[in-house]
Amino acid sequence: MTERGSIIQLEGIVVDYDGFKALNNLNFIVEYNELRVVIGPNGAGKTTLLDVICGKTKPASGRVFFGERVNLIGKREDEIVSLGIGRKFQAPSIYGNLTVWENLDLSLKRSSKGVFPTLIGKSTAAEREAIAQNLETISLKDYAHTRAGSLSHGQKQWLEIGMVILQDPSLLLVDEPVAGMTDKETEQTGRLLQSLAEKHAIVVIEHDMDFVRQIARVVTVLHEGTVICEGTVEKVQADERVREIYLGRQKVAHV
Amino acid sequence: MSDGTMDTNRSGGLAFWVVGSILLVAMPLLNLLPPEDSWLHLSDFSLNRFGKFLAFAILALGLDLIWGYTGILSLGQGVFFGLGAYCMGMHMMLTIGKESVYGSDLPDFMVWNQVKELPFFWKPFYSFPAAIIGAVLVPMLFALVFGFFAFRSRIKGVYFAIITQALALAAWLVFNRNDTNLGGTNGLTDFKQVLGYRLSDASTQRGLYILTVLCLGGAYLLCRWIIRSRAGRVLIAVRDSEKRVVFSGYTPANYKLFAFVVAAALAGLAGMLYAPQVGIITPAQIGVLPSLEMVIWVAVGGRGSLAGAVLGAVSVNYGRSVLTNYFPGLWPFILGGLFVLVVLLFPDGLVGMIRKGKNLLNQPNAGERKAAVSEGKR
Amino acid sequence: MCLVEGQLTSMRISLGRTAAALGVVGLFLFSGPSLTIAADGPVAAPPTSSIEQALTKVTSEDESVREAAIRLLIEQGDASLVLRLEEIRAKADRSIRQAIKPLMDLLKNRAKLTSPHTDVRRSAAADLGSAGNPSAISWLDAARANEPNKWVRYTMEESAALLKLASDDPSITAAAADKLGELGSQNGVPALKQLVAAGDGAEATESQKTVAKAAGAAIDRIETWGVWSDAIETFFRGISLSSILLIMSLGLAIVFGLMGVINMAHGELMMIGAYATFVTQQCFTAWFSSDVFDWYFPAALPVSFFVAAVFGWVLEATVIRFLYGRPLETMLATWGVSLILMQAARVYFGDLTAVIAPGPLRGGAQVMVGVYLPYNRMFIIALSIICVLGIYYTLFRSNLGLRVRAVTQNRNMSACLGIPTRKVDSYTFAFGSGLAGIAGWALTMVGNVDPGLGQNYIVDAFMVVVTGGVGKLAGTIVASLGIGGLNKLIEPSFGAVYGKVFILVMVILFLQWRPSGLFAMKGRDVD
Repeated sequence: MTERGSIIQLEGIVVDYDGFKALNNLNFIVEYNELRVVIGPNGAGKTTLLDVICGKTKPASGRVFFGERVNLIGKREDEIVSLGIGRKFQAPSIYGNLTVWENLDLSLKRSSKGVFPTLIGKSTAAEREAIAQNLETISLKDYAHTRAGSLSHGQKQWLEIGMVILQDPSLLLVDEPVAGMTDKETEQTGRLLQSLAEKHAIVVIEHDMDFVRQIARVVTVLHEGTVICEGTVEKVQADERVREIYLGRQKVAHV
Repeated sequence: MSDGTMDTNRSGGLAFWVVGSILLVAMPLLNLLPPEDSWLHLSDFSLNRFGKFLAFAILALGLDLIWGYTGILSLGQGVFFGLGAYCMGMHMMLTIGKESVYGSDLPDFMVWNQVKELPFFWKPFYSFPAAIIGAVLVPMLFALVFGFFAFRSRIKGVYFAIITQALALAAWLVFNRNDTNLGGTNGLTDFKQVLGYRLSDASTQRGLYILTVLCLGGAYLLCRWIIRSRAGRVLIAVRDSEKRVVFSGYTPANYKLFAFVVAAALAGLAGMLYAPQVGIITPAQIGVLPSLEMVIWVAVGGRGSLAGAVLGAVSVNYGRSVLTNYFPGLWPFILGGLFVLVVLLFPDGLVGMIRKGKNLLNQPNAGERKAAVSEGKR
Repeated sequence: MCLVEGQLTSMRISLGRTAAALGVVGLFLFSGPSLTIAADGPVAAPPTSSIEQALTKVTSEDESVREAAIRLLIEQGDASLVLRLEEIRAKADRSIRQAIKPLMDLLKNRAKLTSPHTDVRRSAAADLGSAGNPSAISWLDAARANEPNKWVRYTMEESAALLKLASDDPSITAAAADKLGELGSQNGVPALKQLVAAGDGAEATESQKTVAKAAGAAIDRIETWGVWSDAIETFFRGISLSSILLIMSLGLAIVFGLMGVINMAHGELMMIGAYATFVTQQCFTAWFSSDVFDWYFPAALPVSFFVAAVFGWVLEATVIRFLYGRPLETMLATWGVSLILMQAARVYFGDLTAVIAPGPLRGGAQVMVGVYLPYNRMFIIALSIICVLGIYYTLFRSNLGLRVRAVTQNRNMSACLGIPTRKVDSYTFAFGSGLAGIAGWALTMVGNVDPGLGQNYIVDAFMVVVTGGVGKLAGTIVASLGIGGLNKLIEPSFGAVYGKVFILVMVILFLQWRPSGLFAMKGRDVD
């Protein structure tokens, strides 16, 4: 746990929704170039954890540091985004009335995203190249000029991942990326995330245990707003408390 | 929804030049050349009335930008329209000079209200350039301040609609007061001239008509340029998923503010052109109901389409002026019915119907596309 | 209401002025002795002959004879003379008519002091006080001894003190000034100010100075009391406006909370409630005897609720249900409906009709000196409290309420649990519309019934809902109290129009701090 090596560090976070503690004294650290999977039963605070990191939810107490001790508390969401944190939401959130290409074009990392530069800005060849490459990565090459709203659910999920990648963030927050995907799509997504982890730090929230086993190196288990257990998949699965509160139930749910 | 694809762009461009030249050349010629008893003749009255509709169309373009594209319903556009019209009206009041009923340098209503000296905020409007710049700049500044506070705190959706409606109500109340020295309920009227041209002359009105067409063309091109720029796509993106826009690194509030201010500027421009053509501006044109009617223009024409906004403004106002002539008591029923019908059955308005018709002719299985379009809307 | 009150005050003031002028004349005419007589209390019945004599002398050309006669008639006469004097007056010339008029008024008012109607007794007492004739002091004192009503006694005491203020005896004047101060009498202020001015003069005597001091103290007391009573009345008006806003906003807020829909036709549903009340009233006049007329009002309550609820139910079934999840479209469509309803009412009922308030709701109650609370306002305050309690009961104790809350919090989950969300929507919408109907029913008590009824307040009601936020009724209650109270608080200094503008600015600034209103639901499902 060298401070030098962590990209995101949460200390003693408390989030209080009218008396319900969604996060309760949570500590959470992710290293550079790490692919971290967060699991936990419903209501464990997984999504809230991501909300706190990206400034959507203000914690009642606690500290959040990004990279070399940049304090994220009190920063606006768009400021946090420009620091290099990207997020993919649980329900695919894309621009349904724009084409796939336009969706990606808007997400591309640019020096300024203010109104007037955006108004007069033209795409450069390098930018077009980056988008084309990205289309390959997310297998939507043939759909570049299709309205994003008419894509299938899995394709929308990929498109959103592609959009986040084009932002070139140093930390990716991914909320249930394979929900509603076929097995084949799930596997592809797993490979995509693993290849991304070579350059970025990624936090993935997931329910699908098969998928977790496919991609996870380190797993964090949340329960009632606090970290119960952290370690490899094997270690987590062997943990008594985890079995009790999570895996046992999960098995029942899946069988 | 958006006229984004390549082929509609090209046909849209052609239509722009065809319609533009009809409005700009053919209509004034029909007014000027054929003898008055010819069926081809367009009367001065009709041309003037059409000029008014086209002024409304300028406003509709702005409203389409903020509502149709960005998805923000402003129920206060009448206020910006009124600010523009009043700026122009104040200038024209001051140029009446000794021709007024009371023969005073002051506007008649001030004499009537026993105001002895011209209020300070009237003084800049002696100058014509100040008046036309003010007619656009004052609404813009007002929208900038109002929008800044509204969008900064993420007031949106129904909340924004309601506070803009309250704004329309408040403005209406303020303009109705005599002590604001804006003519009270009777507004500003009895204009005589602008830049030395008599407003009663048919040639002056024809000139104003042509000016309105040019302004409309300019406004159309401006909006089209905005829509086709990347910023325009951000506006559509704000409508589709504001959350994603934030997480793509944009500040939606700034884009909304931009669209809102442009819409206010166009509304002010429309008001500026309206006042000399109609010859009167009163608070009745800027309140809650007129502001809502403006929304129905865009809805009827087809929001999210610039051509639709223009078409809607002209057709609804034409319908209104014909119907109120023959069945005065019927208009509120028709207007109300239009609101309900368009929203329920024709969410893409006239333009949507035209498109649907074209699609049916071109490709038999157009139903699929329609489903996709309505799914993306909110 | 305010207008009427204003007119009353101005009338009272102008009456006061004429009376003061008359009073000065009176003082000039009847010096000294009258007071002593008055202090002696009721006078034994005078010989009829002297009155008869005086009646003939009243028309005398000789001023001194006439005055003496008038003086005698005032001291010894009673109301029975009024008719006789009327006859004399009809024949007499202008100057004599003018001389007799105050005499007749005095006698009439004296008679009215024993009228069976409280209001008549009270206004007679007030008139006597401002007429400035010291003889009236004894009449007032006598009447006060038998007076059952507290506020009539108050006015009698006040009038007597006012009259004593004009006494030559400084001790009586000072005592009267004290009394006026104690009573907090606004009517006494002009006379007291004169006394203060007299005491300030360069050649003021010692006794004048003492009196001036007492008068000054009394003015201070009255003004302090005035500030308090103004504050109380403003407070009451604020509460009253707040409850009107609350009654209107409740239905709106419930529907907004449940469906995220702002029903722009809510104002017209209120209008429907008001017209339902009007029609019920017309039915009562047409079909029932006038004895039971007052019962039309309670009878109109269920009528207006159900008529508005049925309209709302139809509106939901034909328009709104197709627009769920599209709040802006719903706003536009319901606005269209509101236009149609308004125009329909205009065509059918014409422009202006009014409902006659039932007997018990007319007038008002005086609760303190200078604080007058109209019954209709109190009724609305009470009604708003009842409505809130009723809604709380419905939402938190009934089966429907449980379902409504469930659907409000999580529509999909509720649907999964087998709650018929469609039915819940349509019942809730009908219920909210019925509440609008009740609001319309109540509004007939404070204004006319006209097609624009809904429009008058509706934007304020929208502001209340927006400020209050979604999901909790407490937000609506606090917001209506805030907006209503603020409105009445700033209205006196800014005027109604700028007050409204000010409130809009306040609401926008407030939303800076709380963008989704006072009581927004927290949690991750907000978006």
